[in-house]
Amino acid sequence: MIELLTSNFILYAYLAIILVGFSASYFGVFVVQRKLSFLGNGLAHAAFGGVALGILLDTQPIYVAIPFTILISLLITYFKEKSILSNDTLIGVFFSFAFALGIIFLSLKENYTTDAFSYLFGSILSINNTDIIILALMAGFSLFTFFKFWARWAYSTFDNELAVADRLPVRFDNYVLSLSLSLIIVISVKIIGIVLISSYLVLPAAIARLYSRTFFEMTILSIIIGMVSGLISIVLSVLIDLPTSAVIIVFQSLIFMTSLFIKKSQM
Amino acid sequence: MKNVIEIEKLIVKYGNNIAIDDFTITVEEGIYLAILGPNGSGKSTLLKTILGLIQPTSGFIKIFGNSVDKVNPNLIGYVPQIKTLDKTFPALTIELVLSGLSKNWAFRSSKKDKMKALKILEQLDSIDIAHLHLSELSGGQLQKVYLARSLVRSPKILLLDEPATGVDFVCETNFNSILNDYAEQNTITILMVTHDWTSAYHHSTHILLMNNNLIYFGTKDNAFTDDNIKNTFSHLAHKHNVTFTLKEQ
Repeated sequence: MIELLTSNFILYAYLAIILVGFSASYFGVFVVQRKLSFLGNGLAHAAFGGVALGILLDTQPIYVAIPFTILISLLITYFKEKSILSNDTLIGVFFSFAFALGIIFLSLKENYTTDAFSYLFGSILSINNTDIIILALMAGFSLFTFFKFWARWAYSTFDNELAVADRLPVRFDNYVLSLSLSLIIVISVKIIGIVLISSYLVLPAAIARLYSRTFFEMTILSIIIGMVSGLISIVLSVLIDLPTSAVIIVFQSLIFMTSLFIKKSQM
Repeated sequence: MKNVIEIEKLIVKYGNNIAIDDFTITVEEGIYLAILGPNGSGKSTLLKTILGLIQPTSGFIKIFGNSVDKVNPNLIGYVPQIKTLDKTFPALTIELVLSGLSKNWAFRSSKKDKMKALKILEQLDSIDIAHLHLSELSGGQLQKVYLARSLVRSPKILLLDEPATGVDFVCETNFNSILNDYAEQNTITILMVTHDWTSAYHHSTHILLMNNNLIYFGTKDNAFTDDNIKNTFSHLAHKHNVTFTLKEQ
């Protein structure tokens, strides 16, 4: 058993979950406080459409998926500004559209054996060197935004008007946040799946929120919860032989529900 | 007296709706201006246009001779309506006050800034709530924290948007006395949107009455004539018979 837990493919999985856990749980605090969880979920489904198109075109899926997901996110923003429909409705429309396209793209691909289901939960136990390099770049980018944008994003998350009145470039900052989210999601979907990335954008931050008195505390705690819960879940999934992604989500959800219960009884 | 804010032929429209209709006023340094008018009369829009949150449809605003987008934000303190606070955001009182200095949500602040923030909280009799969570504060406390946040940068202009809404009479009176004391000790120009006519009369030096168009702008002594009150509260179609009586406080 120890051999299994220290084998190469599990070591890659540990590394991947640390990198994804760091990036997604970090951006998750903005997703939770700006009430963007449906957008996160929608973009994850849209990213699947991009990955599938990449597979159909016989290129590296990520090269197609990145512009595809950014395009969907820009379309949502564009139609939100130009129509009377709510963000929520537009996300609902575009994510089903992009996801359905993804299913059609995969069905058009001849001799393609991987079924669409694998994209739901990803394949964290079959990660290669290139995947790790991409995830490391993503985590590096997240770290960069922490020093460059966190204080500004946090300020406009707290109160958009105060940030605009203090002449922060709020519109530009919001675009950077949307593009960063799209990037994190699209990179993670190929590797860890739609459902896992959606949960990573919400659960660690939601748990951290219950225990934090400041937004900085919430950010740090969310990152720690994201990484540690991922590592524990991988070990658990190997020990009890269950799908890793599903174990991560169930484990994080249980921590969240227990925390809710503890916090409620303390009130 | 120096001109602090110059507003020239300002028009602000939301679609076909005119919120501010052809305003021309000059606000001089050191006055305490209460902005009064019924709901939807464009009071908050006026404040937000001065702040640069809303772009004018035509006309212009100059602050200390500069256009709104060029003005140094350190010169302006803004106290928003406390009901806009997102209580789900995890934040301490001291952090909100510090944001007035750093103009972002810094995760670390210098000792000097912290001392400044604590000093202003002390001046506003709020030092005991410095490390409380914002969601734990009452309306009156929150109002003072937002005031502390705006005063910590020693602004030359203070803009307040209905600070008394959701606050009881005692807190409101206390708040107004603090403002008056501060204005006496510092050179500051105050513009306050309010619904409270009596307190506006007692605490301000100047009054602006508006109902999308400008009805009156000048010292408070000549503000509350029957005609001004009727024009402020009248619809275009018909006039209401409204009178205004001042009570001694």
